[in-house]
Amino acid sequence: MKVSMVVNDVPRELDVAANALLVDVIRGQLRLTGAHVGCDTSQCGACTVHVNGRAVKSCTMLAAQAEGATVTTIEGIGAAGNLHPMQAAFQDEHGLQCGFCTPGMIMSAIDLVKRSGPLDEKTVREGLEGNLCRCTGYHNIVRAVLGAAAQMGAEARS
Amino acid sequence: MNDMGIGQSVKRSEDIRFITGAGRYTDDINLPGQTFAVMLRSPYARARILSVDASAALALPGVVGVFTGKDLAADKIGDLPCGWLVKSKDGSDMIVASRPPIAVELVNFVGEPYGLVIGETLAAAQAGAEAVAADFEELPPAASLAAATEGPQIHANAPKNIAFTWELGDAAATDAAFAGAAHVTTLTFANNRLIPNAMEPRAAVASYDPSTQDFVLYTTSQNPHLERLVLTAFVGLAPEHKLRVISPDVGGGFGSKIFIYPEETAAAWAARRIGRPVKWTADRSEAFLSDAHGRDHLTTTELALDANGVFLGLRVRTRANLGAYMSTFGSSVPTFLYGTLLAGQYRTPAIHVEVEAVYTNTAPVDAYRGAGRPEATYVVERIVETAARELKIDPAELRRRNFIRPDQFPYATPVALVYDTGDYEASLARALELADYKGFSARRAAAEARGKRRGIGFSCYIEACGLAPSQLAIQLGAGVGLYESGEVRVNPTGSVTVFTGSHSHGQGHETTLAQIVSEKLGVPFEQIEVVHGDTGRMEFGLGTYGSRSAAVGGSAVVRAADKIVVKGKRIAAHMLEAKPEDVDFDEGIFAVRDTNKKLSFGEVAFAAYVPANFPEDLEPGLSEKCFYDPKNFTYPAGSHIAEVEIDPETGVVEVVSFVAVDDFGTVINPMIVAGQVHVGIAQGIGQALLEHGIYDESGQLITGSLMDYCLPRADDLPSFTVDTTVTPCTHNPLGVKGCGEAGAIGSPAAIINAVTDALGVADIAMPATSERVWRAANGL
Repeated sequence: MKVSMVVNDVPRELDVAANALLVDVIRGQLRLTGAHVGCDTSQCGACTVHVNGRAVKSCTMLAAQAEGATVTTIEGIGAAGNLHPMQAAFQDEHGLQCGFCTPGMIMSAIDLVKRSGPLDEKTVREGLEGNLCRCTGYHNIVRAVLGAAAQMGAEARS
Repeated sequence: MNDMGIGQSVKRSEDIRFITGAGRYTDDINLPGQTFAVMLRSPYARARILSVDASAALALPGVVGVFTGKDLAADKIGDLPCGWLVKSKDGSDMIVASRPPIAVELVNFVGEPYGLVIGETLAAAQAGAEAVAADFEELPPAASLAAATEGPQIHANAPKNIAFTWELGDAAATDAAFAGAAHVTTLTFANNRLIPNAMEPRAAVASYDPSTQDFVLYTTSQNPHLERLVLTAFVGLAPEHKLRVISPDVGGGFGSKIFIYPEETAAAWAARRIGRPVKWTADRSEAFLSDAHGRDHLTTTELALDANGVFLGLRVRTRANLGAYMSTFGSSVPTFLYGTLLAGQYRTPAIHVEVEAVYTNTAPVDAYRGAGRPEATYVVERIVETAARELKIDPAELRRRNFIRPDQFPYATPVALVYDTGDYEASLARALELADYKGFSARRAAAEARGKRRGIGFSCYIEACGLAPSQLAIQLGAGVGLYESGEVRVNPTGSVTVFTGSHSHGQGHETTLAQIVSEKLGVPFEQIEVVHGDTGRMEFGLGTYGSRSAAVGGSAVVRAADKIVVKGKRIAAHMLEAKPEDVDFDEGIFAVRDTNKKLSFGEVAFAAYVPANFPEDLEPGLSEKCFYDPKNFTYPAGSHIAEVEIDPETGVVEVVSFVAVDDFGTVINPMIVAGQVHVGIAQGIGQALLEHGIYDESGQLITGSLMDYCLPRADDLPSFTVDTTVTPCTHNPLGVKGCGEAGAIGSPAAIINAVTDALGVADIAMPATSERVWRAANGL
């Protein structure tokens, strides 16, 4: 079936199977392999992208449900030399090791910061509860998100 | 001072690709014409395969082929071997059960592959797998250590399901120590089965070129050279030089990606069979069923003490669950990586350990973060803490009384190791300070006033890392040496490419090895590239596990860099018309002593490749290799202190503080080292409080998804307080000991010591779930 969506600012007309998951279309057809598949029960969050500005586990929706949507993946939020503050904070605070959960973690964290009031360690930990990381013990991820939240808040005010 | 050199918290150069989504993991790789494989997996824990009818599957559109173990056997694909020969205490060899990559006659655990379906698409392969009609004769299983004792014999060659009964230490001396003891403390406990759950599931993309007979296998391996060696020398897939194994970015391993598995083997074979590339990617359910699991011991331990609390002897009896087959290093984990660590940080003069290794109808058990050493530490640190309570001696004081003292190194333990260096009191003292041990009683009283129960627990662990001296390892049964290779290739423009046989799957080698080379050669960090994970690009290597990459792989790179300096001095001497012995090298400058004649590293590099008038005995080029074989293990050690608060109404355990003070020797990158400790602690807390791989009596894995198996999430864990003390390793050129496993080795005992302290009970089973804790808190 035909689906149209805007992915990372590029309008896309896609021919997808009716039962195709959004993550499989993003990875398979669009070759945007930053979103990862880490589980089969929507528990890990490695496939998190933004759909219409909100963090969504892209294994939890059909590609067809993204008809008319604006989709942003990790590839769409910043690049080397022009990193999003959340990306930069993950590097600065050593908030990643193997990198597999990282794109989903960053996409969730950006959404968390945007839709939350002031964050502290507890609210960041609760807010990231849907994203699994087996490498960091979360310690440095929490620091990265708090650091980026301060930076994003300052940028929003200026 | 090199601000990107050794000792600096340099930001990781590999991070840019990971934070921008540009990492390249195996499943991200797609080859022209590729097909997709789906495994046919046994629904039974033990069964005879009567027939596999593929006719309906083959009639479906898009199904390319259906293959079984018989097809692989017909192509002379051999068994998956175990790489470490352990002998029983009577001198006999361990009993190895035959393990064809794809089962031929019998399946022995739920999830064991008995065939594979290849499709034009993943969906076609999945539909094909659904349509295969397999007929089994179900056989009674033995799905636990208990069931294996009296239950059915799984393998024809292994009576009572025993693979070996191994011992270490002096039984008579230990018996004598107990006979003279003033006090004996005894505990019996399980070390719970864990399922590793690297976030990236295992995967393989295999291709075969019939015109050259060359295979290329992209796969999620921690040790691509070992994968190539086993698949060629033992399994018989191809001649070794015809198989290139590439481990691109790998999303975590924790041991589980060391081993040579059925699925990757079958995918590579199938690529040749069908003449097209084959991709296989595990889903999480398959990872639960088929990745090698960890731990699963049942142990009784006894500690003999004199009237002053001095340790006299330690006796340990362990039954270790091997699973259905001996995995690649499955035999070494409950033996040489376990029994040898039972001295811990203490002067215990007599130790005897006996391990009975048992086959069961469960997934194979092999190394998982720490591999044997967490089990050993749990034994030692639980019994020591319990003895302190029984004797009413402060647990820190009891440990201090028994520590090996700094002036006693090198120290030969009664269990076959020689510790080179350490200062255990120093790390304990620092940990007590950071944990505010003096203030604990006030915090406990305050918690009680709130209706909560607080406890504190210690764990003073030691581990043997930097695996390993080849001579010793091979004497002890290892099938390979355990050196590592390093190559430093200076390019004509003075940039440097470093090749290592180690493999990074999160550890940050691209940064730390570049720091080492920047320090040694004075080359800017940004001009150094580290290449790993490709048998086509670097020397033979042994890969990454056992906290060995810095200690062994890093040392190989240092030695290769040292050779670069030697060669560089000869070139500089020629160019500056001096003797090589009169040339000094410091921070990237070759200078003739007591003159103003000097050349930069870049000038020497360029000259090496533009060799005007080089004398006959001076070869052009500037590239050096080293195979570094360590003289001894390294012995990281440290003190962990956990403080927990328990709500007796709910049984919820809150880890309110976790302090780890570790001695890893010289630290190359403090930021990365702290990160390794954090995750080790997280995995250890996971073992102690949350994680448990459980099979029911019929051998079904009932914790087979992330909804049933509890991985630690961000809100399950606290922030950690970590620090280091330093006694440099005495026998490698960096002075490093290794940091990858310490957190997981030390932390479970600290947590359970804290939980039992809070509850006032002698023991609680891991994981100390809220249900178990609630029962214990309420005397149920």
